[in-house]
Amino acid sequence: MSNKKELTCIGCPMGCQISAELDEEGHILSLAGFTCKVGENYAKEELTAPKRMVTALVRLSGGREPLSVKTSKPIDKKLVFDCLRAAATVSVLRPVKIGEVILPHVCDTDVDLIATSEVL
Amino acid sequence: MLDVIIIGGGVIGCAIARELSRFKLQVLLLEKTDDICNGQSKANTAIIHGGYDAKPGTQKARFNVAGNKMYESVCAELDVPRKWNTSLVVSFSFDDHDKLEELLRQGAVNGVPDLRIIGQDELRAREPNVGRTAAEALLVPTGGIVCPYELTAAFAENAATNGVKFRRNAEVISVAKTEGGWRVACKDAVYRTRAVVNAAGLYSDRINNMVSEDEFHIHPRRGEYYIVDKKYADVFHAAMFQLPTKMGKGILVSPTVDGTVLIGPTAEDIDDKADTRTTAEGLEKALRYGSLTWENIPRKDFITTFSGLRAHSDKDDFILGEPADAPLFFNAGGVESPGLTSSPAIGQYLAESIADKLGAARNEAFDPIRHSIPKFREMTMEERARAIAHNPDYAKVVCRCETVTEAEIREAIRRPVGARTVDGIKRRTRAGMGRCQAGFCTPRTIELLCEELELDPTEITKCGGDSYLVQGDVLPNAEEEGGEQE
Amino acid sequence: MKKVQIVIVGGGPAGLAAAVAAWEAGCRDLLILEREEALGGILKQCIHNGFGLHTFGEELTGPEYAARYIEKVEAYGIPYQCDTMVVNISEQRVVTAVSRSEGVQEFEAGAVILAMGCRERPRGALGIPGWRCSGIYTAGTAQKLVNRKGMMPGKRVVILGSGDIGLIMARRMTFLGAKVLGVVELMPYSSGLKRNIVQCLNDYDIPLLLSHTVVDVAGKERLTGVTVAQVDEALRPIPGTEQIFDCDTLLLSVGLIPENELSSMAGVELSAATSGALVDEQLETSVPGIFSCGNVLHVHDLVDFVSEEAAKAGLAALHYAEGKLPQPENQMVVESGFGAGGVVPQRMSKTLAEPVQLMFRSRGVYPNAAVAIELDGAEVARRKFRILTPGEMVRMAFLPAWAAEHPEAQKVTVRVVLPQEGGEQV
Repeated sequence: MSNKKELTCIGCPMGCQISAELDEEGHILSLAGFTCKVGENYAKEELTAPKRMVTALVRLSGGREPLSVKTSKPIDKKLVFDCLRAAATVSVLRPVKIGEVILPHVCDTDVDLIATSEVL
Repeated sequence: MLDVIIIGGGVIGCAIARELSRFKLQVLLLEKTDDICNGQSKANTAIIHGGYDAKPGTQKARFNVAGNKMYESVCAELDVPRKWNTSLVVSFSFDDHDKLEELLRQGAVNGVPDLRIIGQDELRAREPNVGRTAAEALLVPTGGIVCPYELTAAFAENAATNGVKFRRNAEVISVAKTEGGWRVACKDAVYRTRAVVNAAGLYSDRINNMVSEDEFHIHPRRGEYYIVDKKYADVFHAAMFQLPTKMGKGILVSPTVDGTVLIGPTAEDIDDKADTRTTAEGLEKALRYGSLTWENIPRKDFITTFSGLRAHSDKDDFILGEPADAPLFFNAGGVESPGLTSSPAIGQYLAESIADKLGAARNEAFDPIRHSIPKFREMTMEERARAIAHNPDYAKVVCRCETVTEAEIREAIRRPVGARTVDGIKRRTRAGMGRCQAGFCTPRTIELLCEELELDPTEITKCGGDSYLVQGDVLPNAEEEGGEQE
Repeated sequence: MKKVQIVIVGGGPAGLAAAVAAWEAGCRDLLILEREEALGGILKQCIHNGFGLHTFGEELTGPEYAARYIEKVEAYGIPYQCDTMVVNISEQRVVTAVSRSEGVQEFEAGAVILAMGCRERPRGALGIPGWRCSGIYTAGTAQKLVNRKGMMPGKRVVILGSGDIGLIMARRMTFLGAKVLGVVELMPYSSGLKRNIVQCLNDYDIPLLLSHTVVDVAGKERLTGVTVAQVDEALRPIPGTEQIFDCDTLLLSVGLIPENELSSMAGVELSAATSGALVDEQLETSVPGIFSCGNVLHVHDLVDFVSEEAAKAGLAALHYAEGKLPQPENQMVVESGFGAGGVVPQRMSKTLAEPVQLMFRSRGVYPNAAVAIELDGAEVARRKFRILTPGEMVRMAFLPAWAAEHPEAQKVTVRVVLPQEGGEQV
């Protein structure tokens, strides 16, 4: 028994439709429809270990305006909301530079939350 | 003990307030909602009617014509935008010539000056964009257009400057006769006053029926409208009425003083006095009939739609003055179209009757002059430079579509009877009334209201009550946890 | 009046890229005028990632993408003025601006680059019936409130329109604890990017209701609900298909309109198809020396292409100001044929120095179609596309040789070729 899955590649704006066949354990039997290496890799990862970049807001001292942050690289899709909860506990003092680590090792991963905007 | 309480802060209540401030009287105006100009006065055709429409001998005919004559001087004193662009009542069949004649005769009896019927050629010369089936028209040279919000605000501001007190969010729940006057109760306050004015618009029946056996009843009539982008400002010059036929009263297509074009209103009798919804059917009807006057209405250039209710009474006329059984209780009830036009005359008439009955002396300190908030969009570059030098907030454009600056918005909040809501700012400055319908300016407008009134964003509303704009911070408990950081 | 070689109106992605390109080409007398308090334009509030894959080979967030250009502006020392609102541009390229610090300023510009961006279509333009309550925001306004101001508009959300900002906001509101009940799209397809449908809706099980629209709005003061109905092929609501969503917030993502008020003041002719200026391959408008780029010219899908287009405008403006730009003469008209909407540029010289990127939106969803370029009806090029959708800008290069081979040609037509017409075989 194999399992068919359709997914839309998000590697670039083309949005290629990729068809996959998986066995019962979730191993990929076949992949079709991707048009580049990015697409192939995306499909393999998405089907076995899906990851997401998370962008979030954290509190900034001295006002209501928040600071925007992102994960330094994509994290396990299952951890997205844990990551957001972790971000919600942070409060940052000004000033902040782009790329500054705001929360290291978010959700006990090797991923950091880093600032994506500059605040004076 | 107050001398006069005015119930209702629409254009009529505010006009009466201003006229009463010419006398030495303690006057308080109570408005049910969060702001003045919140009922009929904010949602109407914004026309200064000539006065041909009302049946001769009615209060409507009398006060329309009298109000029209007062308009220019009142608007000049109060610095209110108006334009004497004439009205045309267009017929769409030569068979209707007699009906135009009838209107002309009626207007002449009412005292409307210089009415005449114009034929195809003159009609098309005046209005080249009128629909192909247009036949003839009644020309009303004394017709005009006005900004109803600014007129109402101007009456209120001028009244307040001359001593009238205003309370908003003050719904009157009872009015009762007492020794030497009246007892007027709101939820949170009770007032004693020698005289009462009922200018409660759609609810004027309720107030009247609290004190008088001579009851009347308001049956709200809803009208729906479209507003078209100001790039069509020049499509029509006059307010283009349609000659009423057995198919209906017709749909008006009219320029506004702000440069947009208004299409409407429909007329639908409804039950709920607060039901200002627009409907798919009503809007479609406005377009269908409006298309007679303006063929190929540019549907992609609508700015907004709205509906307004008219306070149509079962007496089918304005109800003005004291009922026989309620001395010193003055009605200004059942005021619907042409109420906006009649407002200066109604204000003057009632204020003089009241002052006379109360034996009030003239207020020698009365200042009839009110200046509008200087509008950046109307200034020359030299005036702009001066305005910015004087107040740098004039350099900060908040509403891009209508070019309204921070200075204007702050002043609208700070003025007497100033804005307390986003809609209040909109009506006093036009911020948010343009093409993007407040998309760009809302966040800043909320902040300005917070700054000026020392409120939290969650306390700012669109139009009072539960019309909050934001629910809280995106990161809740910011303050609690803010103190805990290392 | 101050003389400036190039005045750039707007310091968003287009204005920044135009300024950087002009500087790198040698211009040392230019000025960016930005109405907001900081450079970056709409990118400041686009805190999600996905920007810059084409330009930088990595996925940046909006503020990071903007910062790449702002850093260059700072490093080069390109002059800019924030909190400065341009209030008029004349046909003679006198730019009038107001600011707190400088009052009214007038600049006599050698060339002007229009880079004002676009705005969102509001509810009123759609004529959605119902109450006029609070709680109805365009998606971009909500995005600004949330990401920049830290204010939460509401907790139960319906989104009308599946434009990208709407999709992005569906995810953002979900991230912030709101319940997004659905995204309602009038058309039978979404106008948003595929990746956004996948990552903003599918990931969070947010339903996308295609061929549906909002037919009524409830709530006298704050929004309390919307009625959604299915529409037929003529996009008319089908009676009996109504469903009510209890929500306190309705976000609109129903189209962007280039903001060309200033362009019109300068006498720039606009296109009915794009609502932007009519331009030639140099991005010069109908008014000599005034150039247009980015979302004020036509609404783009990706910021990378905004930057690319703006850089071209920056160069062309410099050439104009230096008197080196060829006079626009002997031009061909570029027309949108079947299936193509709003091709930019709309005019093109017959003697091209380099390929011209023709850009347009397809007018429907066309799988396995091709795009053909014709010169006076004679096909000169055809390229196959796996799928054309209105959400994604189509870009196709027009080669100088084609025009050289058809010296008499007056008209360039760009059209979609459907598979049955042979689109597939090519």
